[in-house]
Amino acid sequence: MKKYTDSGKKDTRSGFGAGLTELGKRNKDVVALCADLTGSLKMDEFKANHPERFFQVGIAEANMMGIAAGMTIGGKIPFTGTFANFSTGRVYDQIRQSIAYSHKNVKICASHAGLTLGEDGATHQILEDIGLMKMLPGMTVINTCDYNQTKAATIAIADHHGPVYLRFGRPKVANFTPEDQTFEIGKAVQLQEGNDVTIVATGHLVWEALLAAESLNEQGISADVINIHTIKPLDKEAILRSVAKTGCIVTAEEHNYYGGLGESVARVLSENDPTPQEFVATQDTFGESGTPAQLMDKYGLNAEAIEKAAKKVMTRK
Amino acid sequence: MPDISYLNELVIQVRRDILRQVHKVNSGHPGGSLGCTEFFVTLFQEIMDRKDGFNMNGIGEDIFFLSNGHVSPVFYSVLARSGYFPVDELNTFRLINSRLQGHPTTHEGLPGVRIASGSLGQGISVSVGAAETKKLNNDPHLIYTLCGDGELQEGQNWEAIMYAAANKVDNLIVTVDYNGQQIDGATDNVLPLGNLKAKFEAFGWDVLEIADGNDISQVLNGMAAAKEKTGKGKPVCVLMKTVMGNGVDFMMHTHAWHGKAPNDEQLEIALAQNPETLGDY
Repeated sequence: MKKYTDSGKKDTRSGFGAGLTELGKRNKDVVALCADLTGSLKMDEFKANHPERFFQVGIAEANMMGIAAGMTIGGKIPFTGTFANFSTGRVYDQIRQSIAYSHKNVKICASHAGLTLGEDGATHQILEDIGLMKMLPGMTVINTCDYNQTKAATIAIADHHGPVYLRFGRPKVANFTPEDQTFEIGKAVQLQEGNDVTIVATGHLVWEALLAAESLNEQGISADVINIHTIKPLDKEAILRSVAKTGCIVTAEEHNYYGGLGESVARVLSENDPTPQEFVATQDTFGESGTPAQLMDKYGLNAEAIEKAAKKVMTRK
Repeated sequence: MPDISYLNELVIQVRRDILRQVHKVNSGHPGGSLGCTEFFVTLFQEIMDRKDGFNMNGIGEDIFFLSNGHVSPVFYSVLARSGYFPVDELNTFRLINSRLQGHPTTHEGLPGVRIASGSLGQGISVSVGAAETKKLNNDPHLIYTLCGDGELQEGQNWEAIMYAAANKVDNLIVTVDYNGQQIDGATDNVLPLGNLKAKFEAFGWDVLEIADGNDISQVLNGMAAAKEKTGKGKPVCVLMKTVMGNGVDFMMHTHAWHGKAPNDEQLEIALAQNPETLGDY
């Protein structure tokens, strides 16, 4: 079993900020827009380094999406920054018409996704955004798991022509992926090799999946663990290869089970290789106020829930 | 000096194109299209500094965005007659597998279109973005936008209007097709727009008015005056009064032809009022 070490807890949004800072130096066409959340999105350094390429639009997300779409005309690569809730549901039609349908090269960067936004409560905790964004034709959807991966993904999406939704979060979480990684859009990362059960996780649930696999291993169950950072396009081959070995699968995500990673995986399986699946996800519910850890416990999004789901799905083989 | 008689001939030909496009598929929006025909013809023939051919990035030339995408018949006709694509392609308007979708889009790669529009209220934001990029690229060319008056009921416009003034986006001219009509009736009855001039000015824009947007000379002078106002620290708005359905007597001064095509008999009457000038497609 591979050993993964947390090099020190960090927030994924800071990975975004670091990636954006790096991009600012590397690519003069990168511009950044923010709707009054510069500090929360960790965009301060980019703003300080390149004030002429930073656009503060105020509390006006619909306008931000339209401006971003327009800025691509003339060759700029706009990165928009606000919370996931205001990056998707609030501005869905602007993204749909001006960005996705118009195929504009806009990178929609969304922090504070999911329950781990914490105390602000359900008004700000979007659990539907992956579904909203993956339904848009041509939209790439990425949900990164830690600081290093978020930084690498931020840099990588600048080289991909087309609209991208990059989802990350607020809390400090384990930072365990390599600092020098190459981020390949649409390519799953195999974290553990196992034969008894597949665990496919995205975002903050990837570390939890590793903890679950460790515990399962101690009980004599070997889990194949895959980090799916790109939900669309989904790495079908990685999933099918894994279930061919294990014969059952658990998907884990900080999102509603409607519209999330789990449903995308289920579609791939039902079309190619029907396989028993358990979903670790929220159960068609809104969130509430609380600390991130309390919320993830209450809504069953942690290592314990993944372990339980793995044992359950193995009985269904 | 602009050749006014040629512009007039082109206007009449574009009216015929609009009527024939919507008649063929028994759908589309002739009223608003006819109302801003003089504007489109003048803008593309005389006002804008355009390059030959079409490049999405529009570097080194003026760029036009249509926010009220439902007036696609006039947009398509003027694009075709300005050389962006073959005039015969107007035959495919709203048909399956056409590049001339009901509302303009980049999706099928129609030259001359840089953004999809139709869901209203998004064009000013997009224009502001393109204007900011022009500034970043040190490109002195301008962004021209047309929006409907009714669509100013969408809140996103006012976000963009506020942003543009605050950020001195002064390479942008937004023209409002001020015909006072929308689908459900007169804007005054549906949701009154109030004093648009005072509103734009209060937001920090320079505002000009064209009293008769169906008079080519007034459009020429008005848009030239608007151009003069650019580069002075403020975005520019042109409130252009037009008559919906202009040029076809039974379509004028009513919202009835906003989204309705003429039948065979009505088409014949309408075309007779606008005899062929430069050749039908």
